[in-house]
Amino acid sequence: MLNFLVSFLYDFNYLCASVEPIGLRIIMKISKLSLISILTFLAFTIAFSISNHAQEAQPSNLPASHALPAEGTNPESAKPAEKLNAGKVIMEHIADSHGWHLWGHTEIPLPVIIYSKARGLTTFMSSEFEHGHKAYEGFKLAEGRVVAVNETAPVPAEETTVNEEITAGMYDISITKNVMSLFISIALMLLIFTNVAGAYTRKRKGLAPTGLQNAIEPIILFVRDEVIKPGIGEKKFEKYVPYLLTVFFFIWISNLMGLIPVFPGGANLTGNIAVTMTLAIFTFIIVSVSANKGYWLHIFAMPGVPKPILILLTPIEILGVFLRPFVLMIRLFANITAGHIIGLAFFCLIFIFGENGTGVGLAVSPLSLVFTVFMTTLELLVAFLQAYVFTMLSAVYIGAAVEEHHHEKGHLTEDAHQESII
Amino acid sequence: MELVKPDFGLVFWMTVSFLIVVFLMRKFAWGPILSSLKERENSIQDALNSAKKAKEDVANMKTENERILQEARNERDIMLKEAREAKDAIVNEARSRATVEADRLLNIARESIQNEKMAAITELKNQVATLSIGIAEKVIRQQLANDDKQKALVQDLLKEVKLN
Repeated sequence: MLNFLVSFLYDFNYLCASVEPIGLRIIMKISKLSLISILTFLAFTIAFSISNHAQEAQPSNLPASHALPAEGTNPESAKPAEKLNAGKVIMEHIADSHGWHLWGHTEIPLPVIIYSKARGLTTFMSSEFEHGHKAYEGFKLAEGRVVAVNETAPVPAEETTVNEEITAGMYDISITKNVMSLFISIALMLLIFTNVAGAYTRKRKGLAPTGLQNAIEPIILFVRDEVIKPGIGEKKFEKYVPYLLTVFFFIWISNLMGLIPVFPGGANLTGNIAVTMTLAIFTFIIVSVSANKGYWLHIFAMPGVPKPILILLTPIEILGVFLRPFVLMIRLFANITAGHIIGLAFFCLIFIFGENGTGVGLAVSPLSLVFTVFMTTLELLVAFLQAYVFTMLSAVYIGAAVEEHHHEKGHLTEDAHQESII
Repeated sequence: MELVKPDFGLVFWMTVSFLIVVFLMRKFAWGPILSSLKERENSIQDALNSAKKAKEDVANMKTENERILQEARNERDIMLKEAREAKDAIVNEARSRATVEADRLLNIARESIQNEKMAAITELKNQVATLSIGIAEKVIRQQLANDDKQKALVQDLLKEVKLN
């Protein structure tokens, strides 16, 4: 956790120090920013410790379904007055799932698509699992994940045995809640931007922008002129604008969708490590492909540095190459996940206190509501901020890769600069 | 921790759909939007440039006008000066010529006056002589009307004659 925090502070210092035009403008924001990041990380840490604590407290909850299937007793049905496990609720919320939970036992079924060498391609709707109580076509849900079982007939989940071999070798490309949310975000994005593009080319060509176009245009211009241009440099930035704009709006829209508590939103898409990893890998590929000779030279053999020091420096530089996308991935994931966790944690306060009596719960609820509203408002800011930070850092990394290295002096400061990027 | 383990399915869908979305957005959204924005920026820049140029032109024209005006003014001054000089020269010449003429005329007049005067004096002299003779004649005639008086005169005259 501390590492993340340190990397954050580095980033913000870097923001202040080297991106002059933006730096000046957002210095005010940055002081708030560090506060927010510290808060979110505190929340993240607290929530994790809560969840771990909760899991330690009720160890019977977890292994029950697959480790002790022969017992035949469902712990949930065994305890009629189930106590609220806030950590579990939160973790279930931020994790991916097959089926989009709406309310109570109602959920939107989503397609399960599984490929394995032994069984070929299997597709069916997630409703066949009956909320994890049933196995279907040789698969069942265990802790929200699909695992292969030996029994291929539709039988109750508790009576099945896990087929470890097939489970290890299968590819689960189901349309999960996050995948669905990804599609929704993308559809929304395409809808908005083709509409805006239409305003530029057909509907209002040559006229002053209005409506949606007018709302989107300053953001596009902000990202292009204040984020991408200073990051990459006047000369070469244009090639990367479409990718970076897509990244920015994808992250922003997905973040905002995640803040909506009900159906089209509510998924923790940008707080999912797979999504942030994919985005970070895209940036990494673009950086590596577009990097010039000077960039690689500065990594493998920093000019003007004595050979013995190179032995020390080169591994650090090589590590830095991979560390940058890694930090991109972690930052977005951690921020959004932390936001979801803390928001829910505040909300769960009502029910945690409610266990001591309905009155206590009701008494706490205004406070909890205020906290939740506060956190959600903060998350609105963070939603934009993380999109901004991801885009800006991607631009800066690309900028470092395509930068022309003319002078051979002043490497000391350049090193400090590169380290601070990481 | 399940949370930090990337899910294969999601990575797969994310990669596929993100590649598609970047492609689509590039083709149908960013392309038209960015080119339109660029076009507009260029047209604004052009308009600003041409306005600036027009302003410069006006300023240039103003200085040009000023220059021409100054030139005209200078020319006028020169012309005025020349005219004044010419006038002065003409006046001076006229004056000197007039002086000369006047002098000449004066001289002629003086000469003719002198001549006339001389003539008049001569004539006067003659007249005076004639008159004197006449008077003298009459006086003498009167004085010498009798013998006595003739004798007395002769006496007087003789007295005057000094025999030395």
